[in-house]
Amino acid sequence: MNIVVCIKQVPETTEVRVDPETNALIREGIKGIVNPFDENAIEAALQLREAHGGKVTVVSMGPPQAEEALRHALAMGADEAILLTDAGFRGSDTLATSYALAAAVKKIGDVDLVLCGKQAIDGDTGQVGPGMAERLGFPQVTFTIELEIADGKLRARRVLDDLFEVIEVKLPAVVTVVKQINEPRLPGMRNVLKAKRAEITKWTAADLEADPTQVGFDGSPTQVLKVWPPQKRSSGQLLEGEPDEVAERLAGIIKELNIAPR
Amino acid sequence: MDFTLTEDQAAILEHVKEFCDEHLAPKAKETDEAGVWPAENVAMLGQLDLMGIPVPEEYGGLGMDFLTWAMVGEELSRACTTTGAVFGAHLLAVFPILSFGTEEQKQKYLVPLAKGEHIGAFGLTEPGAGSDAGAVATKAVRDGDDYILNGTKIFISNGGEAQTYVIIASTKPERGARGLSAFIVEKGTPGFEFGKNEKKMAYPSLPNRELIFTDCRVPKENLLGREGAGFLVAMRTLGVGRIGMAIGSVGVARAALEAAVPYSKQRHQFGKPISSFQAIQFMLADMATELDAARLLTWRAAWLKDQNKPFEKEAAMAKLYASEVAMRVTTKAVQVFGGYGYTKEFPVERYMREAKLFEIVEGTSEVQRMVIANHVIRELG
Ligand SMILES: Cc1cc2nc3c(=O)[nH]c(=O)nc-3n(C[C@H](O)[C@H](O)[C@H](O)COP(=O)(O)OP(=O)(O)OC[C@H]3O[C@@H](n4cnc5c(N)ncnc54)[C@H](O)[C@@H]3O)c2cc1C
Repeated sequence: MNIVVCIKQVPETTEVRVDPETNALIREGIKGIVNPFDENAIEAALQLREAHGGKVTVVSMGPPQAEEALRHALAMGADEAILLTDAGFRGSDTLATSYALAAAVKKIGDVDLVLCGKQAIDGDTGQVGPGMAERLGFPQVTFTIELEIADGKLRARRVLDDLFEVIEVKLPAVVTVVKQINEPRLPGMRNVLKAKRAEITKWTAADLEADPTQVGFDGSPTQVLKVWPPQKRSSGQLLEGEPDEVAERLAGIIKELNIAPR
Repeated sequence: MDFTLTEDQAAILEHVKEFCDEHLAPKAKETDEAGVWPAENVAMLGQLDLMGIPVPEEYGGLGMDFLTWAMVGEELSRACTTTGAVFGAHLLAVFPILSFGTEEQKQKYLVPLAKGEHIGAFGLTEPGAGSDAGAVATKAVRDGDDYILNGTKIFISNGGEAQTYVIIASTKPERGARGLSAFIVEKGTPGFEFGKNEKKMAYPSLPNRELIFTDCRVPKENLLGREGAGFLVAMRTLGVGRIGMAIGSVGVARAALEAAVPYSKQRHQFGKPISSFQAIQFMLADMATELDAARLLTWRAAWLKDQNKPFEKEAAMAKLYASEVAMRVTTKAVQVFGGYGYTKEFPVERYMREAKLFEIVEGTSEVQRMVIANHVIRELG
């Protein structure tokens, strides 16, 4: 099995700060970690390798410091790491990112399975996995909580809002996973030290033979106009009094808020 | 003089800290109160390759130095003192096999210990041999290709859970300390049984068991070092073990300081946070200063060991000072917390009980002073 796991480095803190000028997240001084769902994807890949043999390659697109995330994946046990890094990739939205990652998967060649986390905790879009599947012409399975491979087919259990769905697809495929799929292993220190010294392959836009109009700012139709932390939710309002009277007041509030179905 | 961590040390510590914060610290109270062997934590130490830090890679270890081992020990002890104690006691079997073992002994016993597949323990103390370690009365009598062991060890950390025991016994009682020899004894050897598990002031989850040897046959291949070198094996082991006890002290003291500071900022009396009172500030200042001094003494002892320089005196100084600092710092932490500090709602009363062990184990403070004085009088007299 030739497995590719696409991972993203995200800021550790949930206390994101936003640059008021550029509307971009301020990443300076905040430690980068592997997107938690991507850690599950790495773990899933390692388990599949243990069961079926093969190779796990991790790929990330990002600035040079995203190397740290790749080293974490190597420390967990991935065989090889590739960083897509190029000034031309800057400003890539999910469309452009999935284009570049898909190009990397094609360049790696002979890939049986592409694994991703269900979404990144900074952007929260969940679009890159499906975007890649589309570009690669692979079937896609999102929100996977269980995964098994037999006879060149992949059976996956998807977790949806109020139901599970079991589907079967042919390989190669793109699969995105949820947190509950597994417990990512702790990297042993021997692997941590080995990963520190490992060579990380770097590919530029040219290496991918990427169409410059499809990556970076030019390839990104999405424009982030504004980013802000959600308003802290207020603790709610407690209505006290006789039931009849409270019901009356509650109905009034609902009407006022204009949220009742008409 | 350079206090910068190497890149490897920094990488290891970063991961160990993360592991401690995520996996050990949040359930430290539970681990303590359970009163059962923390099997899951110990298994994780193995998965993280932390059970053989100073063991060369060819023997399944990490191939790092004793300084790194000590730094990791501080983190473990700070996050979960019990797990730190298991880690410290384990090395008391790893170290003598690493230093005195034959190639066969290393392959058979050191490799699984270093990989964390087996746990180690060290049995020296007996009812009649505490501070006076030379008074060991457990006997080992040569009989054909075996030694036959008879006697009882007490207080042995990891006892019952460990698979591999380094045991000090007397092969020539008439020669006293010079008649002692060290043996590797496997759990399950006929005639080797576990007795009483001590009920203690703290660490209910750390086993401290009696090891009872009744006509226990140990193959002569399990003699560790020469016959008659047992006291040397024990003293060398305790020398390194003292670095471990010193850093364990630093860990628990740091936990206490790190609990006391935020509490002092959040607790208000007389309309102000108590951290604004100079009396509290001075306690915190002394705690922080002594803690740093204890850590530096410990690092120096570990560094000397790594340079293959004499470190016995420095290890004794580190152990003496750090254990007494741990007692002072944890006592002050309880004081900063006031009445709440005396309750089980907060961890500082536990830290204080845990700290007390370090003034006793692996040579009491009095014994450390004797060791240090011997050196000082020899060097300067
Ligand atoms: C939790 C715990 C874990 C332990 N783990 C292990 C282990 O894994 N392996 C092991 O072998 N042992 C272990 N021990 C034993 C420990 O090392 C001994 O308890 C310690 O060395 C002290 O010996 P003792 O208890 O016999 O005290 P004693 O030697 O009886 O000392 C009593 C008092 O007399 C003082 N004293 C004794 N001799 C002198 C002297 N010459 N001059 C001045 N003062 C003196 C001592 O300092 C002390 O204050 C453990 C003990 C505990 C409590």
